[in-house]
Amino acid sequence: MSDKKQDDEILGKAYDSKLMKRLLTYIKPYKKYVVFAIILNVLVAALGPLRPYLTKIAIDDYIVHSNYNGLMLIGAALFVSLLLQAVIQYFLTYYTQYLGQRTLYDIRTQIFEHTQKLALKFFDRTPIGRIVTRATNDVESLSELFSSGIVMVFSDVFIILWILGFMFFMDIPLSFVTLSVLPVLIYGTFLFRKKVRESYRDVRYHLARLNSYMQEHVTGMSVVQIFRKEKDELKKFSEINADHREANIKSIFYYAIFFPTVELLSSVAVALIVWYGGGEIIQSNLTIGILFAFIQYTEMFFRPIRDLSEKYNILQTSMASSERIFKLLDNQTFIKNPENAVKLNGISGKIEFKDVWFAYDDENYVLKNINFNINPGETVAIVGHTGAGKSTLINILTRFYDINKGSILLDGIDIRNVDKRDLRRYISIVLQDVFLFSGLIRSNINMDNDEIGIEKIINAAKTVGADKFISNLPNKYDEEVKERGATLSVGQKQLISFARALAYDPKILILDEATSSIDTETEQLIQTAIEKLLVGRTAIVIAHRLSTIQNADKIIVLHKGEIKEIGNHQELLAKRGIYYRLYQLQYKDQEIAKSN
Amino acid sequence: MKNLLTLKKYFVKYKTKLILGIIFILISNAGTVYLPILLKDAINDLRNNVSNQQLLKYALFIVGTSIVAGIFRYLIRQTIIVVSREIEYDLRGDFWEHIQKLPLRYFQNNSTGNIMSHATNDINAVRMFIGPAVMYSIDTIVRLIIVVAIMISINFSLTIYSLLPLPILSYGVYRIGKLIHEKYTKIQENFSELTTRAQENFSGIRIIKSYVREANEIKRWNELSKEYLRKNMSLVRIQALIMPILYLITGISIIIVIWIGGGKVINGEMNLGDISAFIVYLGILIWPVIAFGWVMNIIQQGEASMKRLNKILNEPYEIQDLSSADITVKDLKGEIELRNVSFRYSDSLPEVLKNITLKIPIGSSLAIVGHTGSGKTSLINLIPRLYDVTSGSVLIDGKEIKNIPLDVLRTNVAVVQQESFLFSDSVYGNISYGLKEVDKQRVEHAARIANFDKDVESFPKGYETIVGERGITFSGGQKQRASLARALATNPKILILDDSFSAVDTHTEEEILKNLKEFMKDRTSIMISHRISTVKDADNIVVLQNGKIAEQGTHEELVALNGLYADLHYKQLLEKELEELN
Repeated sequence: MSDKKQDDEILGKAYDSKLMKRLLTYIKPYKKYVVFAIILNVLVAALGPLRPYLTKIAIDDYIVHSNYNGLMLIGAALFVSLLLQAVIQYFLTYYTQYLGQRTLYDIRTQIFEHTQKLALKFFDRTPIGRIVTRATNDVESLSELFSSGIVMVFSDVFIILWILGFMFFMDIPLSFVTLSVLPVLIYGTFLFRKKVRESYRDVRYHLARLNSYMQEHVTGMSVVQIFRKEKDELKKFSEINADHREANIKSIFYYAIFFPTVELLSSVAVALIVWYGGGEIIQSNLTIGILFAFIQYTEMFFRPIRDLSEKYNILQTSMASSERIFKLLDNQTFIKNPENAVKLNGISGKIEFKDVWFAYDDENYVLKNINFNINPGETVAIVGHTGAGKSTLINILTRFYDINKGSILLDGIDIRNVDKRDLRRYISIVLQDVFLFSGLIRSNINMDNDEIGIEKIINAAKTVGADKFISNLPNKYDEEVKERGATLSVGQKQLISFARALAYDPKILILDEATSSIDTETEQLIQTAIEKLLVGRTAIVIAHRLSTIQNADKIIVLHKGEIKEIGNHQELLAKRGIYYRLYQLQYKDQEIAKSN
Repeated sequence: MKNLLTLKKYFVKYKTKLILGIIFILISNAGTVYLPILLKDAINDLRNNVSNQQLLKYALFIVGTSIVAGIFRYLIRQTIIVVSREIEYDLRGDFWEHIQKLPLRYFQNNSTGNIMSHATNDINAVRMFIGPAVMYSIDTIVRLIIVVAIMISINFSLTIYSLLPLPILSYGVYRIGKLIHEKYTKIQENFSELTTRAQENFSGIRIIKSYVREANEIKRWNELSKEYLRKNMSLVRIQALIMPILYLITGISIIIVIWIGGGKVINGEMNLGDISAFIVYLGILIWPVIAFGWVMNIIQQGEASMKRLNKILNEPYEIQDLSSADITVKDLKGEIELRNVSFRYSDSLPEVLKNITLKIPIGSSLAIVGHTGSGKTSLINLIPRLYDVTSGSVLIDGKEIKNIPLDVLRTNVAVVQQESFLFSDSVYGNISYGLKEVDKQRVEHAARIANFDKDVESFPKGYETIVGERGITFSGGQKQRASLARALATNPKILILDDSFSAVDTHTEEEILKNLKEFMKDRTSIMISHRISTVKDADNIVVLQNGKIAEQGTHEELVALNGLYADLHYKQLLEKELEELN
């Protein structure tokens, strides 16, 4: 909720030419089409105002003079202009909408592509909901600006100009008389828009309150019920509901007053035309046809003026959204790729940490002076308490974050000189919290990578022992993964992530062993799977199982960001330090259990 | 239409305003319709030499009628549309009152998003029916009758010819409106797919980056985005028809008037004023004719939405006081007994609890351990009657809980749920949630027992801190301790903790357990946990497996048994030792 509020603060900012300029760059690729659409618009705008003029001719030249043939001719002309307008209008609407949608597509794509380049640091700091809103709702709110705003402004302006043109062409004094209501109409319309916008903002605020209340209490309904708060909550709900009702009723007022006022204004214009124009007709300075055409024009004025006032609104809302979008696009939190990246063509998998220091915030070091080597094919187990820096170690090895001091070498090459994608291609990570994507079991194993075919997928699954349960699913490897794997057990999800890592056949494997309790049967499966995964690879395991630790070539005991002990099982036992204590405890307990 | 009958009681409630609204519609239409007559007479008079004074009179009449029509048009909105908002309020209130009484089962089978969509979209669609649809349909019918009558009185054949195209317009708007609605729904689906996609990508960005799948993700996004573009354009194809059809059909009507009417003027059958009146009348009819097609759609959507709402409003409450409830029960002591309890979530699902028999004496503590899905939470949910047993019985103080008034039962049983849920209220408000009013002392006392007091004191605003407000996000452990405090504040006879310390570190947990010991002295408690350290001191420990009691006894007994419990115990020792290095 608080994110929403913060975002909404960038609102109500009026026109900003810098933002507008930047927004206009998006239609640049379609410039020719835009110009063409505008020209067409200017022409079509004339067709509507043309008809009252034709009616005038019909009345003055033909009906009054009883010329039946001429009347037929005008009828045909009216019909042609109508048909022309309808057809052109259709294609124009379609066309401008296409331009708009196409532009939105470009922006949406650009935003998403940009986010994919941003470093993990950005995602750690920004609530996901906010990024999602940028790529979806914020883009959507630019829709009107691009689809109707830019092009249709010309149409509205030109309809008004054409009407004025015809009016002044027919009779100048009567034009001024008729137009005398126009300032009031324009002022009234813009005032109405402003008031409606304000009251609409109020409605939206109360609607948001109502929605978040309901959202919150539906989610927490069991709490409401357990504490028997139904009556109290209903009272609270009714208050919010009533506020929402009142805000709406207030906004009804503006509509209720606006529409009759507009009708009244056009009646005043008609009355003026009848009174003044009628007088002129009596003195034979004016024809009935002209009077008639003017009455029709008074009706025509209203729509373009209302549309223009709406466009002002569109502009305002798009300013707010575009500002938020550009802020994201300007975010440069990247992990830079080296300019002359060293190409990795097959690696042996030797890893060296040399005097590595790292802090997430440039101040509080979570890793201090880390030094160790891992030889190709070795398995290293990292042991330590929560917050000792284990996960950080993974983050810096894959360059999710860059280290502050020291260096990390892969096959003797500083990883900062290697293309990130190249680097990550050789490293697979299996995290504790398995993240499954919507899609199929199959696409979750190969991560939608067509280079990894179904045979490889099945092989990987078989190796880690996931094949058995997958084969029991109704659609096997084509079974759909629902809601991030809600239908799968924790253990099954683990096995899928093992298969995923294996399918990519990495040189280096990073494994964050799960601590959560799994039933004994799956536990056994996972144990075997891990053993198979480690064969022939350099591996770093954040270990929780004694068996994994004991079998490791090297054990690193990490404590408060520092390496306290390093060595293999035997060596560390001989040291009689932290590891020894840990082991003693576990061993002792198991011995007792056996003797019982 | 039969679903909309539900609304009858609301219409009756506001009948005075509604009837007034209809009267206003009649009056304002009389004004609107009189205007062209004035115009007609003025123009006819112009051809027969008329005085300036006479013209001024016409002009003033035109303005005057328009003012009268305008005032009543204002009043129509102030009655009918206002009533629609009032009914919306009532309907949403009733909806909410009903929702609150639905059993937990309902909320687990229906997503929050789903319920929300009923509360917003469906109620809104019904509101559109009550307000605009009712207003415009009455307005249209009234206006149509009057205008057509006047037009016929001027010239019958011209009326028929000129009105001929209008039904096509109505039908066109109706069909197009329907298509637009369908396409729009599809676009909305596609949009939410885009949102889900983005959400998923950003949540899984770590995995995507580590498997270097960014390019593929971009490709998938662009495909979906293109699909969205395509769907939008297919809507545009239809939507773009509206204006041209409008021009064309109303234009044709006017051409007919000029053509045929003009001919009639030439023949002397009609005069110029009549034609101008016709054209103005056509202008007046256009909107109602369009509205007619539009209103038909609103009615259909309102009907569909009301049907969905009725379905919810007819959901049975399931868990409520029975007529056999013993209202003399005012308080509970806390002895719990389960007799041959079996439970399944629905007839089509397998049993999650099978024949459980268990006794928890007053003041004793029971701990439940077991794998995910073994039935732990299902079991404890039966005690405050969040669910009712499928067979067997649950007794408190020797009385079947079905016969204890729900109010009494739930006031005496406090549950701290697995997923701790706090409201966006102050800490005071949250912890005193179960109390009649905020009792600061009690809140602070409860916070102390839950070991939450120091955390609260470290917040800038202390107990007045609003949960979830900018910057202050509670950690999982803090949320759990807050909801524990909330339960303790109610002074329950029976306290149930459903894995309530999972996000609290072992050290803090130990302190809480120590505090609780004192608090629990004469209360009964049930505690679910994955941690052996949490449960080892319980009077009785039950190990659940596949809905059955697999092992039962004290910590020492169960370790000696060397079964599931002992296995779990050893696995957790290493982890614990690592934590303690801190």
